[in-house]
Amino acid sequence: MKFDLIIAGVGGQGIIFTTNVIGRACIKEGKKILAAETHGMAQRGGSVETHIRIGTEFGPLIPKKKADALLGFEPIEALRYSHFLSRKGIAIINTEKIIPPSCVFPGKFTYPDVNYLMSKIKEVFGKVIILNALKLARESGSIMTVNMVMLGVLTNYLPLEKKTIIQAIKELVPEKLIEANLRAFEKGVNFYLTYKS
Amino acid sequence: MEGGVEGAYAYPGTPSSEIMEKLIELSGKYRFYVEWSTNEKVALENAIGSSWGGKRVAVIMKHVGLNVASDPLMSLAYTGIKGGFVLVVADDPFSHSSQNEQDSRIYAKFAQIPCLDPSSPEEANRMASYSFELSEGLNIPVMLRSTTRISHTRSSVEIKMERKKNFSGKFEKNSSQWVVIPAHTRRLRVKLSKKQKHIKEALEKLPYNKLEESNSRFGIITSGVSYLYAKEAVASLGIEASFLKIGAYPPSENMINKFLEKLNRVLIIEELTPFVEEFVRVYTKKQDLHIWGKLTGDVPETGEFSPDTVKEVLSKIFRRPFEEKSILPDLDKLLPPRPPVLCAGCPHRATFYAISQVFGKKAIYPSDIGCYTLGLQMGGVDTCLCMGASITISSGLYKSGEKREIVCTIGDSTFLHTGIPGLINAVYNNSRIVVVILDNETTAMTGYQPHPGTGITAQGEKTHKVSFEKIVRACGVSYVETIDPYNLTESIKVFKRVKEESGVRVVIAKRVCALLAKKLDMKRVRFEVTEECIGCQKCLKFGCPAIEWNGEKAQINEQCSGCGVCAQICPVNSIRKKNNEV
Repeated sequence: MKFDLIIAGVGGQGIIFTTNVIGRACIKEGKKILAAETHGMAQRGGSVETHIRIGTEFGPLIPKKKADALLGFEPIEALRYSHFLSRKGIAIINTEKIIPPSCVFPGKFTYPDVNYLMSKIKEVFGKVIILNALKLARESGSIMTVNMVMLGVLTNYLPLEKKTIIQAIKELVPEKLIEANLRAFEKGVNFYLTYKS
Repeated sequence: MEGGVEGAYAYPGTPSSEIMEKLIELSGKYRFYVEWSTNEKVALENAIGSSWGGKRVAVIMKHVGLNVASDPLMSLAYTGIKGGFVLVVADDPFSHSSQNEQDSRIYAKFAQIPCLDPSSPEEANRMASYSFELSEGLNIPVMLRSTTRISHTRSSVEIKMERKKNFSGKFEKNSSQWVVIPAHTRRLRVKLSKKQKHIKEALEKLPYNKLEESNSRFGIITSGVSYLYAKEAVASLGIEASFLKIGAYPPSENMINKFLEKLNRVLIIEELTPFVEEFVRVYTKKQDLHIWGKLTGDVPETGEFSPDTVKEVLSKIFRRPFEEKSILPDLDKLLPPRPPVLCAGCPHRATFYAISQVFGKKAIYPSDIGCYTLGLQMGGVDTCLCMGASITISSGLYKSGEKREIVCTIGDSTFLHTGIPGLINAVYNNSRIVVVILDNETTAMTGYQPHPGTGITAQGEKTHKVSFEKIVRACGVSYVETIDPYNLTESIKVFKRVKEESGVRVVIAKRVCALLAKKLDMKRVRFEVTEECIGCQKCLKFGCPAIEWNGEKAQINEQCSGCGVCAQICPVNSIRKKNNEV
């Protein structure tokens, strides 16, 4: 099965790491994976996007309006890359904002109202899941696990077994952080289940 | 690794650094030599030495690094190699993390060496291991040219790790081969020229060149990752097209003419320069052939491609509608930009701040390549051109008759890379400039690689740690001061003293990179803004991402690294260490 995914967010949110977890899970299940990332400046708080293509015979970049899913770690970054998402695709967006330095001084730019942004994105895309992933990460013991919460929600859509993803997390996360990461991951998975019902 | 590399040499540079990092990781287990060299020319020449000693070597750099290393490369093509020699160059269309766009295939043509151009990570893997054989077979260095989308793509790749062992030999004296004096080099030049025929024959047979015929009289010639973009675009538009994928240069004349035989229209899709296109135009004898490419203005001349780029080109040619409308057009304008910034606790920010407090807006600030180029946002960077050009542009500006203060900034690794000759030159030719060496004890921008100033080798072993102060003094600089940028008050005092002196003055701003300190788990305190904040926004103007504005007062967020510089900026002493963490 083919699956195209865009992850968008801010440098330092663990986007590349999430990409690696998905990549490892694909290898475990013998699925072809291509993941292209923009980094270099990524750790310096810039905007980051990765293109993940499972089972493609083409190149690493997803054409516009063709992604099956958009995983937005931050509201404005989710919107910045939403042009890649297909109208039939699923958008999963963390509502916790990270104010860019361009908005620190009033006047030049202002951070738009998150509720307004989310209402806009709901107008265009059929399936939108909105959550405060930072809150769930905090509940699971570490604010550094926002990425795992997001991955947990997405797991319900990925063409990969949940247990493979858990295995990949265990292999890639440093030993002492595994528990917190898995708790966050499960919180994401469960959020989706309760959200749906 | 699969090709049996025995020595690898590199200077870090995005998007090439990860290759060496992976090799370093494996070098212990598979027992081969790795080094971070001081610059790309040094890396290439060391690799030459090893190859002439009989070892299979790889030398890795980004495209602009090859400018630095081009001098030895040009003559290496003449002398030839002994152990297989692979030059890996990472090009960067759209300059994602570079100062320009360059097409290294042109360097391969210039040097008259073969060049392999992968279209996917999988193919890059096959090409890399084969290139050693190709190099030894033809007795010539081989270039493996990658682009950002290959370099920065993660993919499942099947590897066969049957390492061939011990190609080691020793250097055999042969002056007519290894000494390029005019008498020898003229003969070697003829030899290289004759070798071109063999190169073409060898490349023509490679599986990296692929002909895919269809019934259509329309065809696409393409190379690198663009091949996959073109395949996707053709599939999504439902167009029938023959394909010629070129993965090895110089491309074969026979192959191109055979492909063109049945066609009357051909589109050439390649990133960067019209490299293949020029070959096609020279080779083809067909009068009735219509060629679309960069030279006709039908294919974008600059930037990086994507499946959509090719789709747009094809849509124009086949007169199909191409929808370019944004999904949320009115929202795009709403989104504030998010460029990268100097990190919370970055010592460079503190240094730039101290400089600006003393030298003000009037002074001229040439700078260099590294994280600190982001000092642009603080008004601390007026020029940035290429590695090492901060000092030289400064002395050049001074000699142009510029009377204002000239204060340049250069990183530790960049200074060792190509900064030193410029400093010697500035002293030798009596310039009046201030040089600030930003020593954060690592090559931060590219991912914390060690350099000779860190006293650690690529493999993490202890080695001689060069002293910046001693180097600077040996260059002839008599006024040298070292500061800790976190001590803002003291730094400002030093810069005030420096301003009063003349000649070439050097300030070494020494403090470990804040991200590296965090990585190394170095202890840190956190700061907070107390009730006494008067809302003057002085600390906000410092531009640290850990300082926010809540509408009335400043506040410090979780990013705080504890550098304490903002506490020294606050005029009412309202920023203090958090009690529980002192």
